[in-house]
Amino acid sequence: MTLPYLDRTDPWIRWDWFWRHVPDFEARVIEHIELTVIAVVIGLVIALPLALVAFRWRALRNPFLAIGGVLYTIPSLALFAFLIPFTGLTVLTSEIGLVSYTILILLRNIVVGLEGVPAEVRDAARGMGYRPAVQLVRIDIPLATPAILAGLRIATVTTIGLVTVTALIGQGGLGQLINAGLIQDFKTPLVVGTVLSVALALIADLGLAAIERAVTPWARLPAA
Amino acid sequence: MSFGPSVIGWFADPAHWSGNGGVPHRLLEHIMFSAISTLVAMLVALPLGVALGHYGRFGNAAINVSNVGRAIPSFAILVLAFQVFGLGNYPAYVALVLLAIPPMLTNSYIGVRDVDAEVRDAARGMGMRGGRVLRDVELPLALPLIMAGIRTSAVQVVATATLAAIIAGGGLGRFIIDGLAQQKQETVFAGAVLVAGLAIVVELALSGLEQLVTPRGLRLKVIPERPAEEPTLANVA
Repeated sequence: MTLPYLDRTDPWIRWDWFWRHVPDFEARVIEHIELTVIAVVIGLVIALPLALVAFRWRALRNPFLAIGGVLYTIPSLALFAFLIPFTGLTVLTSEIGLVSYTILILLRNIVVGLEGVPAEVRDAARGMGYRPAVQLVRIDIPLATPAILAGLRIATVTTIGLVTVTALIGQGGLGQLINAGLIQDFKTPLVVGTVLSVALALIADLGLAAIERAVTPWARLPAA
Repeated sequence: MSFGPSVIGWFADPAHWSGNGGVPHRLLEHIMFSAISTLVAMLVALPLGVALGHYGRFGNAAINVSNVGRAIPSFAILVLAFQVFGLGNYPAYVALVLLAIPPMLTNSYIGVRDVDAEVRDAARGMGMRGGRVLRDVELPLALPLIMAGIRTSAVQVVATATLAAIIAGGGLGRFIIDGLAQQKQETVFAGAVLVAGLAIVVELALSGLEQLVTPRGLRLKVIPERPAEEPTLANVA
């Protein structure tokens, strides 16, 4: 990479350029949302059964979470770099990396959420004749919903930030704008990319928090 | 596919182990980067978080500010620092310090704030003054959470220091960024191995330290996990 020359006269935002590139921003936002949604949905689809296995067979719980914790510390750029020899500079590389992180966040939150179901409630369910599988679907998962949704929030906000890094491997959504700001030494795309990415993260966070409140009305009841 | 042998060949090549571009030098750079940034951030975040928790005021405002700060991608913070301060190590330090503050601030604040009110009350009933309550009661009880915050920050800084190679001179990220630019896959992969290894070593070492500094009385019971508030998992760079 040729090192860019820093132009100190360049303003933080050039509105003429901004207005000419609005369609481009729209495309980047859509790409960013797509990359995020795919990662979170696939992550949830994989993490949920893994969490149920860890919850059902207790011996697997600590190994699962310990392995997940160690994998989670691998920096994202390194994780993408590991994949490049096998999947190249493709969307697939980005998504495998992003999905890995969402799995690790969701796995932990779902397991902890399921463990938070009060023992008396489980006991009562057994006493009422629920079989284990039915109890899981009708009792455990609904009561773990707040923790699962909290995990979903963390995973979504984290993924929105991580997607920007994938600009370095040719994807990136809004990260492409940030990267353009670096390579072309031009502040406007950098500012637009950063602001839009933060806005996406905050909207996702508030939106998921609203969903969390809507689907768990019992959490709003004053404590008896 | 001869990719595996070529990575091994990369590591076996003595040229990659000497001089300014060699593994030991880059590793040292990376560690220096991370250590200095984490220490500076500690000096800012820990006293502030502990004070906010002790006095119980303005804490939520500080947490909200740092949560919004966390929504800014680290990639963007680095490029912004580059645009403000130019190319080199100094802007990378600024970015890394800024990134390291939120987890330590949140954890030290919550750690001190959530000390059992009855314990605090008992300490005061025994005649302790504010400063002593803080030193002998609140800090030891908050220590595990504070250490968890330091670990989170440190691991995040090690990770982001990799990205810092896009604007700074050194560190292990150089192998990945330069390898990508020159399309040398074995260099990219070797860099990834080194970075991932360092991050895992730091994580394990600091979790060990965390266990060690936990007051013995606290080790007896299981500390309840707080998935929603636990900031540990909200940070990847």
